[in-house]
Amino acid sequence: MATLTTPAPSPAKGRRFNGLPFIGPSVTVLLIWMIVPLVMTVWFSLQRYNLLDPTVTGFAGIDNYEFLVTDPDFWASLTNTLLLVGSVLVITVVGGTLLAVLFDQPFPGRNLARLFAIAPFFVMPTVAALIWKNLMMHPIYGVFGAVARALGLPAVDWFADYPLLSVILIVSWEWLPFALLILLTAVQSLDREQLEAARMDGAGALAQFVYIVLPHLSRAISVVVMIETIFLLTVFAEIYVTTAGGPGNATTNLAFLIYARALLQYDVGGASAGGVVAIILANIVAFFLVRTIARRLEV
Amino acid sequence: MVKQSLPKRVGIAVLGWGAAFVLFFPLLWMLLTSLKSEPEAVNPSLTFTPTLQSYGEVLARADYLSFALNSVLISVGGTVLALALAIPAAYVMAFHPTKRTRSTLLWMLSTKMLPSVGVLVPIYLVFRTLGLLDTRLGLILVYTLMNLPIVVWMLFTFFKEVPHDILEAGRMDGARTGAEVWHLLLPLTLPGVASTGLLSLILCWNEAFWSLNLTSSAAAPLTAFIASFSSPQGLFFAKLSAASTVAVAPILVFGWLSQRQLVRGLTFGAVK
Repeated sequence: MATLTTPAPSPAKGRRFNGLPFIGPSVTVLLIWMIVPLVMTVWFSLQRYNLLDPTVTGFAGIDNYEFLVTDPDFWASLTNTLLLVGSVLVITVVGGTLLAVLFDQPFPGRNLARLFAIAPFFVMPTVAALIWKNLMMHPIYGVFGAVARALGLPAVDWFADYPLLSVILIVSWEWLPFALLILLTAVQSLDREQLEAARMDGAGALAQFVYIVLPHLSRAISVVVMIETIFLLTVFAEIYVTTAGGPGNATTNLAFLIYARALLQYDVGGASAGGVVAIILANIVAFFLVRTIARRLEV
Repeated sequence: MVKQSLPKRVGIAVLGWGAAFVLFFPLLWMLLTSLKSEPEAVNPSLTFTPTLQSYGEVLARADYLSFALNSVLISVGGTVLALALAIPAAYVMAFHPTKRTRSTLLWMLSTKMLPSVGVLVPIYLVFRTLGLLDTRLGLILVYTLMNLPIVVWMLFTFFKEVPHDILEAGRMDGARTGAEVWHLLLPLTLPGVASTGLLSLILCWNEAFWSLNLTSSAAAPLTAFIASFSSPQGLFFAKLSAASTVAVAPILVFGWLSQRQLVRGLTFGAVK
């Protein structure tokens, strides 16, 4: 886990207070939740262990890892994971910023429009995946296909022709409203007089946006990036429901690869090696993110 | 504010409503499809005779109700347990901070960075050994631990805003710590605690990774039920839409009601 060294606030004044009975339970269960699976994952990753075949036993050394890194599926899943996280982050942060500025402008029914716009964030991933797969992107029954045919264009079979892009679109749809929600709140706290002053000085809309709005949003953007990254690294349900990692390995991300190894092929050793890689990857990201955030937080 | 010209105001309204429409469209379409009959549902058309038939069929399936019941029990259970663990912890960190408080908070958050896929195998095996696979208790435990860091953070953020003097006064009057939290702190921070609970409910309700991997039938919540529609024999568009609408509607309303507080909590008060 990312360790942090940050200046501590001064202890409460007055009499000593024994906080252990209060904070102890939370810390204990979280420690167990963190350490037990972590140790087990590392241990299993060094074992030959198949749930179906009890004859496969013994210390494997780094065989599982060797097998993992020589498996083209692994590299594809790593690439897919990074592509997915990266693309969705770019789409949601850029789109969310623009939408936040838009929804900050007064227009009739603005509050209602906002509610509609943030709705997808509250939709469960399995539902999101299913309505996109069947009602939107289905080449015969879907809305996109119908619109394409109405325009005289051939309908696109999204999940066959652009599988990863399709997943990226669905996940972006789920997370764009989240970015909007957070960034809109940040935009609203902007000092209006500062904008007014800039306008008086002759700053155009673009200059105001770049020099005043964007810097003001930087903290909110970093929060969005951090929270989204935590969730996007392990996107699972959307892939499970729509493509099951396919076609081939086109939409297999690290999460789905581990799931397939463990619960479809019962290869605990191999899946655990993948798990260790996932943990390392998440921590590399977390290390930088939490440090950035910690600097911006007032605890 | 400088008054904007009329064409510009119209343009903003059109853009705003256009964006809202595009984002909401899949949900709108889901709602419309759920009101169609099954033969009409496969045809992406706007003309149809509304019917509640699909809702009737979905609700008539006995297992639908058991999935829904699982969702409710597991989400509420996970939320209550997380709050019970987190309230005392957040109280101590907000009102009796020590040198370690800051790093404890950040450590808690960092446990969220442990990707669930990375620990799926051990949890699966531990659960199998303990007989927790496909049980409500198993999912409640997982959801509690999954949300605990965020719940602690949110409560901490809300508690931090309560002036120390108020609790100090209660303490002078001889209130013990338990009473201080229960009779003073919680009533004062009720909106914050409520929105923390709501966020936890939303996250539990929508959680799909653990529910798909740790349950099969007995304890499976709505996320798993909906996922079962992805199999070819389950592909009934109207029924799928009706089931999805019923699964999404309650949590959507919760989300809308608590959106303001959610932002504050989700960003740990960093975004005002």
